[in-house]
Amino acid sequence: MNALLGTPGKAVWVHRVTGIVMLLPFIAGLSGCDGIMSILDVRGPMAEQIARLWWVLFWGSVVLGGGTIALVLYVVTRPHERAPRIGSGMGVMIGGGVVLPVVTLWALLIYGVSLGTRQVGGEEPPALTIEVVGHRFWWEVRYPDPVEPDEYVVSANEIHIPAGVPVDFFVSSADVIHSFWVPNLGGKIDMIPGRVNQIRLQANEPGVFRGQCAEYCGPQHARMAFFVRAHPPEAFEEWLAAERGEAEEPTSDLAVQGREQFFQQACMECHTIRGTPARGRAGPDLTRLGARKTLGAGTLEMSEENIAEWIAHNQQLKPGNRMLPYEHLDEETLQALSAYLESLQ
Amino acid sequence: MIEPRSTADRLDARFSIFWSAPSGLGQLSAVNHTSIGNRFIVTGFIFFLIGGLLAMLMRTQLALPNNDFIDFQTYNELFSMHGTTMMFLFAVPILEGFALYLVPKMIGARDLIFPRLSAFGYWCYLFGGVLLYSSFFFGQVPDSGWFMYTPLSSREFTPGKGSDFWLLGVTFVEISAVTAAIELIASILRTRAPGMTIVRMPLFVWAMLVVSFMIVFAFPPLILGSILLEIERAFDLPFYAPERGGDPLLWQHLFWLFGHPEVYIVFLPATGFLSMLIPALCGRPIVGYTWIVMALIATGFISFGLWVHHMYATGIPHLALSFFSAASLAVVIPTSIQIFAWIATLWLGKPRLNVPMLFVIGFFVNFIIGGLTGIMIALVPFDWQVHDTHFIVAHLHYVLIGGMLFPLLAAFYYWLPHFSGRMHSESIGRLVFWLMFLGFNLTFLIMHFTGMQGMPRRVYTYTDGLGWDWPNLVSSVGGFVMSAAVGLLVVDLLLHFFYGRRAPRDPWKAGSLEWVTRLPPQPYNFISIPEIKGRDPLWVQPNLVEHTENGGGYLADPASGRRETLGTSVLQARPEEVIHLPTNTFLPLVSASFVAMFFVGFLFELYSVAAAGALLALASGFFWAWRSGDLQDPGEVDAGHGLHLPMHHRNPTGPGWWGTLIALFSNGALYASLLFGYYFLWTAVPDWPPSAYVIHDLRLPTLGLVSLLASSVCVRWAISRLQHAKLPQFRAGIVAAVLLAGGFLVAEFLAMRAYAVPAEAHAYSALLHIIVGYQFVHVGVAILAAVFVLVRVHFGYVGPQRQLGARVMSLFWHYTVLAWVLGYTTVHLSALTL
Repeated sequence: MNALLGTPGKAVWVHRVTGIVMLLPFIAGLSGCDGIMSILDVRGPMAEQIARLWWVLFWGSVVLGGGTIALVLYVVTRPHERAPRIGSGMGVMIGGGVVLPVVTLWALLIYGVSLGTRQVGGEEPPALTIEVVGHRFWWEVRYPDPVEPDEYVVSANEIHIPAGVPVDFFVSSADVIHSFWVPNLGGKIDMIPGRVNQIRLQANEPGVFRGQCAEYCGPQHARMAFFVRAHPPEAFEEWLAAERGEAEEPTSDLAVQGREQFFQQACMECHTIRGTPARGRAGPDLTRLGARKTLGAGTLEMSEENIAEWIAHNQQLKPGNRMLPYEHLDEETLQALSAYLESLQ
Repeated sequence: MIEPRSTADRLDARFSIFWSAPSGLGQLSAVNHTSIGNRFIVTGFIFFLIGGLLAMLMRTQLALPNNDFIDFQTYNELFSMHGTTMMFLFAVPILEGFALYLVPKMIGARDLIFPRLSAFGYWCYLFGGVLLYSSFFFGQVPDSGWFMYTPLSSREFTPGKGSDFWLLGVTFVEISAVTAAIELIASILRTRAPGMTIVRMPLFVWAMLVVSFMIVFAFPPLILGSILLEIERAFDLPFYAPERGGDPLLWQHLFWLFGHPEVYIVFLPATGFLSMLIPALCGRPIVGYTWIVMALIATGFISFGLWVHHMYATGIPHLALSFFSAASLAVVIPTSIQIFAWIATLWLGKPRLNVPMLFVIGFFVNFIIGGLTGIMIALVPFDWQVHDTHFIVAHLHYVLIGGMLFPLLAAFYYWLPHFSGRMHSESIGRLVFWLMFLGFNLTFLIMHFTGMQGMPRRVYTYTDGLGWDWPNLVSSVGGFVMSAAVGLLVVDLLLHFFYGRRAPRDPWKAGSLEWVTRLPPQPYNFISIPEIKGRDPLWVQPNLVEHTENGGGYLADPASGRRETLGTSVLQARPEEVIHLPTNTFLPLVSASFVAMFFVGFLFELYSVAAAGALLALASGFFWAWRSGDLQDPGEVDAGHGLHLPMHHRNPTGPGWWGTLIALFSNGALYASLLFGYYFLWTAVPDWPPSAYVIHDLRLPTLGLVSLLASSVCVRWAISRLQHAKLPQFRAGIVAAVLLAGGFLVAEFLAMRAYAVPAEAHAYSALLHIIVGYQFVHVGVAILAAVFVLVRVHFGYVGPQRQLGARVMSLFWHYTVLAWVLGYTTVHLSALTL
């Protein structure tokens, strides 16, 4: 999981096996963690339990489905001369159509319900609660302020959590329905305007996990990704203590110029940078922008050049997103702005 | 030179005179079920090709990561229209087309019971589909998905006309589904050939009976949901907007209350095909007939208890989810029963491995896979992971293509001789099958894996490096193989109609009645209607074809010059009446055009045009009803074999009464959905209804209710007077009922004007207005119907001997009053309990 966007991985050999069309995805599935968002690349208890359920379902299906298909192929190709010894056929129908499903489905239902009950969380309090608000097409993240109760530490598009402990996410939406999903950690939960939903996730080890909006939310549903970074618990505390503070003062001249431009270009109308008069809420909080992995909710990798690129050409990079394009800005202004924003770490 | 003609040819010539459709433009007046069925099938197939084309554009875009073949807007339009087209414009209509075509032939009827209604349904379907697709010309294509979730589809987030095209176009099309369902239920229950008791009905007919009932109850929730959403968009009445007491989840409930039964509405007709094909192609009766019937009925019921499995991730409490998970697994059992009944039949029979059978095998393989993944996602935790990913896309295509398209193509090849009088080509057909089977599996099997790799649905592009590249490429290649199969299918069909080998009668040596007809069939199907003695008449009744052709059955005398078929009793199929069927008429086309005027006017916010369209449609409806009668009363007519039967007007529960009853079931489902919306919001939204908005003074509403209840008593009394031939008292009773109903309108109107807050203020007041509005429309129509009946009595169409029209009106009247008992309880009484 070191590469941000992942590598194609082990599955390359698989697509040579096109002959075995029937088993193709399942063979590929065996390799499990070749995609960074694979639900079988499990990094938390919820994902683990679901992956275990999948393998039960998969092998059960191979046996029962394969058996039934084989039976069909046998009965349509068997020689007509040989009389079948199945009497009136009612035994086949009742055995295959009633007994078999009743037995297997009961077992599955009990398994599925008990697993689900465990996953919605017991009485145990979470180590942390984080609020996530879906916006078209980015994620607002709100941590409880460790110093001031009733205050929040607001960030965007990256969620930091302590590893090894359960975290409750309370999700909602500022506009349309989105869905919050980090496959490595577990299942998804819809973010519905007017409602607050909850899901408990846990990362077993520190790491970075990719998430993506799973409910169609309009033009840029495809480019609404985020990352979850799990830290060792003490590191998380340190991170949060640092995060809640005000933005870094710019040091270089270019960055100072950039800050001026930030206000001149009215960026503060939509964005917040703590410690400055910028208090806009329509777009993502930029207080620690430079520390994030990506820009535009997973659209570009973070770098000074890309920030300039994004400011000027965001409507080409992520057409239909809610930010205005600043194509009219000259190179110098863009450089200053991006130097400033990149320095916000 | 005149050749000596056989009895059959002589009768055929005489029947043809009044059964044929005119040529040229006059074809548009055809109402015969064979013509209408063919039109549904051909139109549905064209929409299938269009829907497939949209899919191929999407697969081209997704073949490579970061592809810019099409932009996000186009892609979002494509997937919205692909799903909409395949579900609403292809799957349901083409299956209805098969049913409209086949059912009368399978049950030994000459036509459907309401031929004009099916013609009207076809025009609604065609116009609705054209309306939906005309959005491309306006550059306002729906782009909120086939599921149209609010608030994305609401005015705030979809400001153009895209959502309106969808809501109005689809609702228009749905009218045709409901009319076809009413038509099929009444026909199946009331026009089976004598002796075809309910337990001798062909299994396809059983499947269509169950499916039609499902349509009657399942489509109204979506129609209601669409009406509410369209009103919200057009007039700003909040039903789904959370900031004004609405809830986006209400839309999801209404949509999936339709959407899940819809899956079985598409699947069960296909099982009906299989239950016909498999016995015919292995030459023995089906195993477990009764079990299959029970399975169909059970599936129909259970399918209404599954809808929440589309909503596992919406935050519904886990206990409730567990119930829906159990129901989702339970529906597997009746399906398994059918599958193993077919396997047993194949095992015991001698299956012929021809093209239809290949598609049957393709069904088994693909549908079993789709069923197994269905079991997987019925389990809540697994669904939390794969919900809204490509895993679901794969699953649903295995279910729909495996479960519906493969059986449909099997059926298509199997009944092809019926449509064309020719046999299919084995060599091309086999190639179509293999291309289709391989292409399909190449496209969709891998897609399970793509989804498990974390790729969400409905994304117009994806970045590389996520492991999604090569599986998407494989799917795209497979998609093109599949389109090659469809292309070849089209070529095969074109060749077929010109060069196909002539089909003999009953080419498959099947046992069911539709193979008694000529190939292609004459519009009246049967020269005479045979007495049925078993489940597979052609197998158990020797010489059935000759017997029927030579006028050996009932209604063999064409002398009346009327289109007629036998009305029989519901369970035992004992002859009860001769049903006089309407002949060619432009009326359905005209009525549908007025309805189109309403929809188009509404779409373009020309509300006066819309209102004119609605009034003209209503007027044409009454004109239609007026033309349905017959001034002459021949008394009893000779149906042959010494059987003397009354004409259907004399039966107080004749076809019109059944049709109205079923239509009222559907209407009741619509109303129930509306009340569901009210109570759903009450439980789901805090402070609902806001106490300041509740009407506390119930004097006027209660006066209105009492007045309405009294009107029902008057109607009941009037009908009893009609039976005793006391016409003046009948008239007095009806007039009193009309006045009392008018009293209700006044009282409730005054109450609303005095106390109700504006409908835009809150979801509560919006629903209050809609529920009262529903009542006003119904009372208005009931009054018109009562006046209509009085006029009919005056002209002699309705009388003590011929009560059908009065009975239909009274049925509607009592429904209307019952609706207000519930409406009053809901909007006036229940809010006071706060």
